[in-house]
Amino acid sequence: MTKNETMTNKPKIILGMGTCGVAAGAKALLEKVEGYIKEKKIDAEIVHVGCIGMCHEEPLLDIVMPKRTRVIYGKVTADIVSKIIHSHVQQDKPEKEHVLSQMLPDDGANPYPGIPYYEEMPFNRKQQRIVLKNCGFINPLSIDEYIARDGYESARKVLLSMKPEEVIDVVKRSGLRGRGGAGFPTGSKWEFCRKAMGDKKYLICNADEGDPGAFMDRSVLEGDPHSVLEGMIIAGYAIGANEGYIYVRAEYPLAVKHLKLAVPHARENGLLGKNILGTGFDFDIELKQGAGAFVCGEETALIASIEGERGMPRSKPPFPANKGLWGKPTNINNVETFANVPQIILKGAEWYANFGTEKSRGTKVFALTGKINRTGLIEVPMGISLKEIVFDIGGGISDGKAFKAVQTGGPSGGCIPSEIIDTPVEYETLAAVGAIMGSGGMVVMDNASCMVEMARFFLNFTTDESCGKCVPCRIGTKRLLEILERIIAGKAKGNEMDILVELGSTVKAASLCGLGQTAPNPVLSMMRYFKDEYEEHIKDKSCRAGACTALSRYIVSPDTCKMCGICVKGCPVDAISDGTKKSKKPAFIHDDKCIRCGICFEKCPFDVIYTKGAKKAVHAKEEALGEVKA
Amino acid sequence: MEEAEKADVIFVIGSNTTETHPVAALGIKKAVRYKGAKLIVADPRRIDLCRFADLHLGHRPGTDAALINGLLKVIIDEDLTDKKFIAERTECFDDIKDSLKQFTPEYVEKITGVPKERIINAARMYANAKNALIYYTMGITQHTNGTGNVRALANLVLSTGKIGREGSGLNPLRGQNNVQGACDVGALPEYYSGYQKVNDEKNQEKFEKAWGARLSNKLGLTATEMTEAADAERLKAMYVMGENPLLSDPDINHTRHAFEKLEFLVVQDIFMSETAELADVVLPASCFAEKDGTFTNTERRIQMVRKAVEPPEEATEDWKIIIKLSNAFGYKMEYKSPADIMDEIAANTPQYAGISFDRLNGLGIQWPCPDKNHSGTRTLHKEKFTRGKGLFTKVEFIPSRELPDNEYPFILTTGRMLTHYHTGTMTRRSAGPNEHVKEGYVELSHEDANRLNIKNGEKVKVSSRRGQIDIKAKVTDMVSQGIVFIPFHFKEAAANMLTSRELDPVAKIPELKSCAVKIEK
Amino acid sequence: MKVTIDNKEIIANNGETILEAAKRAGINIPTLCHHPKLSNYGGCRVCMVEIKGMNRFVASCTTPVADNIVVETNTTNIRQSRKTVLELILSDHPNDCMTCDKTGDCTLQDLAYEYGVKENPYIGAMRQYPTEDKNPYIIRDFSKCILCAKCTRVCNEIRGVGAIDIMKRGFYAKVAMPFDEVLDCEFCGNCVDVCPVGSLTEKIAKGKGRTWETRKVDTICAYCGVGCGITLHIKDNTVIKVTPTEKESVNNGSLCVKGKFAYDFINSADRLKKPLIKKDGKFVEATWDEAIDYTVKRLKEIKEKHGSDSIGGLSSARCTNEDNYLFQKFMRAGIGTNNVDHCARY
Repeated sequence: MTKNETMTNKPKIILGMGTCGVAAGAKALLEKVEGYIKEKKIDAEIVHVGCIGMCHEEPLLDIVMPKRTRVIYGKVTADIVSKIIHSHVQQDKPEKEHVLSQMLPDDGANPYPGIPYYEEMPFNRKQQRIVLKNCGFINPLSIDEYIARDGYESARKVLLSMKPEEVIDVVKRSGLRGRGGAGFPTGSKWEFCRKAMGDKKYLICNADEGDPGAFMDRSVLEGDPHSVLEGMIIAGYAIGANEGYIYVRAEYPLAVKHLKLAVPHARENGLLGKNILGTGFDFDIELKQGAGAFVCGEETALIASIEGERGMPRSKPPFPANKGLWGKPTNINNVETFANVPQIILKGAEWYANFGTEKSRGTKVFALTGKINRTGLIEVPMGISLKEIVFDIGGGISDGKAFKAVQTGGPSGGCIPSEIIDTPVEYETLAAVGAIMGSGGMVVMDNASCMVEMARFFLNFTTDESCGKCVPCRIGTKRLLEILERIIAGKAKGNEMDILVELGSTVKAASLCGLGQTAPNPVLSMMRYFKDEYEEHIKDKSCRAGACTALSRYIVSPDTCKMCGICVKGCPVDAISDGTKKSKKPAFIHDDKCIRCGICFEKCPFDVIYTKGAKKAVHAKEEALGEVKA
Repeated sequence: MEEAEKADVIFVIGSNTTETHPVAALGIKKAVRYKGAKLIVADPRRIDLCRFADLHLGHRPGTDAALINGLLKVIIDEDLTDKKFIAERTECFDDIKDSLKQFTPEYVEKITGVPKERIINAARMYANAKNALIYYTMGITQHTNGTGNVRALANLVLSTGKIGREGSGLNPLRGQNNVQGACDVGALPEYYSGYQKVNDEKNQEKFEKAWGARLSNKLGLTATEMTEAADAERLKAMYVMGENPLLSDPDINHTRHAFEKLEFLVVQDIFMSETAELADVVLPASCFAEKDGTFTNTERRIQMVRKAVEPPEEATEDWKIIIKLSNAFGYKMEYKSPADIMDEIAANTPQYAGISFDRLNGLGIQWPCPDKNHSGTRTLHKEKFTRGKGLFTKVEFIPSRELPDNEYPFILTTGRMLTHYHTGTMTRRSAGPNEHVKEGYVELSHEDANRLNIKNGEKVKVSSRRGQIDIKAKVTDMVSQGIVFIPFHFKEAAANMLTSRELDPVAKIPELKSCAVKIEK
Repeated sequence: MKVTIDNKEIIANNGETILEAAKRAGINIPTLCHHPKLSNYGGCRVCMVEIKGMNRFVASCTTPVADNIVVETNTTNIRQSRKTVLELILSDHPNDCMTCDKTGDCTLQDLAYEYGVKENPYIGAMRQYPTEDKNPYIIRDFSKCILCAKCTRVCNEIRGVGAIDIMKRGFYAKVAMPFDEVLDCEFCGNCVDVCPVGSLTEKIAKGKGRTWETRKVDTICAYCGVGCGITLHIKDNTVIKVTPTEKESVNNGSLCVKGKFAYDFINSADRLKKPLIKKDGKFVEATWDEAIDYTVKRLKEIKEKHGSDSIGGLSSARCTNEDNYLFQKFMRAGIGTNNVDHCARY
């Protein structure tokens, strides 16, 4: 299958049926489409694909007419889909009102005039799709479609013509580093495992993606599962393993379903199992479903979980490369790392190394979320600046607010403030500014986000997900969290920042596994860049973002109150007196009764209620009111 | 105890090791779980150790000889014997070959109920191991054919040469803390200490000289024979120290009857036992924590027992009581301490010759220890057996004397359970165990329970030709259909009310592991 | 291989941990969750040390030695971090050493003393779990548990029972039976023996005395024929506790339910305390002289009338070698018969 489906003689209607699409209503849309073409007796094929990345435009529906370019519609709802099909499929006239773009023509397809090209859209212009090259383009349930786009060519090449050492050499030269977050050079990791002594070796694919807001691996598994299987076959051959496991979280039902179909398809095609492609190499893959413990993404905990033990990490060294699953040498890579491998083999180490920078080669997939205009799944060449990602690809901050910081690496990562938004996406550079590359979560925060609350959010997550094995993580994260909770509740005593730094450093230095060793990162990096904000919370008991309700007071500006009574009616605890035409007095909020729910603030039609306690204005309406404390 | 870790195959027969010798079982578990050893368990019950076993042979009680002969037959037929060992270290191998003819896997399956594939697998597993250990206890010895069962095991060991080195051998696990020692120091009717025969003139002379007394050269009576002699009124008086035959011996009604006929009975104990109740004189003795001395464990290890507390009131150490009694009787005994006694044991007992209290710190010493510089002996029979060459003995399969019939359709087997010990005098007076397991029970299978409409926990009547008890039913998959089990620790529901007095003709061991009973609601 | 620990050059064995190498060299590193007979755990982090060139501390109990590493075990940094770890543990531990049976024998207490932990800088939530003492033997106070997992490891690795494991996560992790039910297992008590704090204690020893008040006597268990080494803890002529001996022994630190918990028969009110002579079918207390004289008189009469072989003696597999030797000597040389046996056959 080619990009524009030009070989087809029938119109094709393509629906994004990844988890993001389904969440946005793709199932209802699918029913409507099926109903419509049946009713109108339209001879068209309906194709399901994975996520193409533009989550902000879901549900997506694409139409390809014979010999024409593929046209993409965004935010397609059930009530407009008939109109689109009627116009585009039945009359070959793209429905201009809802059309987003069309793919660049290839194979002599005939483009539609006046529709922008997909590849030239701001969201796509700076992206480079290697891992995601098939996502959204092929039917993930069809091994034939994967094969038609050079799928399993690399596995064939490796098994038929390369020695394991040569494979490792190519991967080493490509500069590929672990995409799970830590960035260990993949080729070297394979080499350790290849050289480790052992009668049996194992290969594990870590698909236990657990960062809140991250969905890179899910999208790859849903949209292009064979690319992962192929990467694993190549890795298995390189390290000398005959058994592979994919440890995938059970909360990814669609990914699990697609893998459950992809593995037998590969077996049927002689690509898994005994004597693959007649080369004498045996390799098979088993799925293990994880029960959703974040810590099981840590490789030794993941191994314990596969072994049937409680998913608790084990100390390293010994590293899994020497003593892993069942005590045997084991190599673990994550989904994205494996998905890169076939492309590297196919197009060469040098081709891959061309993308990115000196120490960080290739591309990286990010799940771009938060207070941004265009959320979605993106793949960018390493070295691109965060600014480009946030503003060019992401389209800047939503609701006209100001950019504050971006968090990479999820609960293990750190934040990058606007002052250093030019920081390039590279492993070392990000680490140097107190953040990490991470597995690809990228949360953008605007100036309504409180940096104490953000740290509390992430720490709450890690505290909850701590397995409880080691003291610094089990009790240390809990105590860090309690300190943040006290700060947010306005109960800080004054020395909290010192304790946070001291205890945070001990938790980092003394914890057993990556979870504890990185859990203090968000709070430490946020304190580093937003020290003032922390100090305000502690000393002034104020939250400039207005997010910490316990620290804010709601006040009605008496001069501008129109006495409409809306706030009085809306208050759930009767904390507002007067404020009605009858009372002839402006509304007054009794702070002792106020529960800081913010309903009055939201409901006031004249924007005369403001929060006090913030040093700097956050809300545009406050600025307009001039009620800004210095 | 760590020897188990050196074995490639461990064969446990007639030993519920995790309950009767829990700490010895740890070695077996460790060998299986961490050292790659394979485990074969032969036991009529699905005992806890089966959780770790590669093979469980659940043979019917009393069919041990058939099972073991069957294993040996497979080993010989498949040519898995150790020919060099047989030639150099044993004799009479050819004699037994013929006697095994009938013990084909099919025949053995019929007798034992063990599927023949398992018999063949077990035989191969055992014979093919580089090192293999056998553990057994009363499960195979408390039968009328008990001696035969042990000899059959010996044949198995000799034919495959699995003895005389670490990780191989035939190990009985002794049931009581100092059974080994009591035997070693001559508490046996036919031996002085060190297994020196009493009917050997030289030994008689040696001990007469050492002890300054005239000694009898007539073999004495075994414990079971003493009961019979008392019943026949040939034995008139008994001195019982720290034993409770009224609960531990088979057929309690009979034992009581016999003891009641005694003209004089003196019992020396720490509690008023069932036997003491019948005594004319009761002497208050001391328990293990109240005296110095030594115990010899199941691996012949002589270890120090140290006095920790004073006995209550006028109770005193057993050795002191014997001295008192002996001196009053007119035979002079003079010892200042147990250390003196051990010195005399060492002087008269070749295996203990090198033992003295000052050498027994820490792990103690395993006998034989022939002199003061000898560090003890870990493995016996390394170069040669005590008798020279290992002797193969024909073993026939003799069914249990009492088999189930229409009137008494169940086979009763008895034994111990984890929480309690022997006749319960100690454990049932300890708060924890007594709260934990308060009363006796009869284990029976789900099938039998369903058939008899018996619910778990319900009281039932169990009776044999000798007696009857009321006892709680425990419905379990530990036992198979037709077999029931009762622990013998509980006097209120004493298993030995039911058991039979039939003896093994050689070892005089009663057949406690198999008799016929019926169960009624 | 050569390693340097606290400026001491040590020849370490391949595969050995830093903790083991240091121990051999006489360098003491504190531990809470480590036990030489159990798998290495690395949970408490008290044993952490610094390896030159590494940016994080490592647990010396789990980290194998590597050639030429330079290790520091007692720098200010490490001591401070250890102290922080101890403070964290104690911030979630009841401050009731005054009434705790473990006081004086508690590793956490010893370390708190050594590291000068005084007040708790980390005020916060504390686990509040009800004490489980419904089982017959063991008091399980989960609020004192430090999650060192020695109990779960000894239960699984040494005993092969696996009755308990850790349930829940993070701060609220808890050692439990399946579904957190009342403890029901083999009750070997080894979990109690390895517990470094007062979380697991013997029910019958509760309130009977603390370690400095007791005398310890090493002896041999009086139950089966294995011959386990045990230590009796004695206060005022009463055995208040039994533990497996810490010295070399056949049981290597293990015991069973009987050896560990069935010793209070020693103090049973049922013990025979005075010689008794039966008169008219009833036992009457007698002096030793009366009892011995009467016995001798009766035995002599019977011997005279019916001969030596009309008397039999049952010796005891429960008694010492010395008791047994004297018993058979008395029967043979005193009475003049070989009618002596014991219950080897049952």
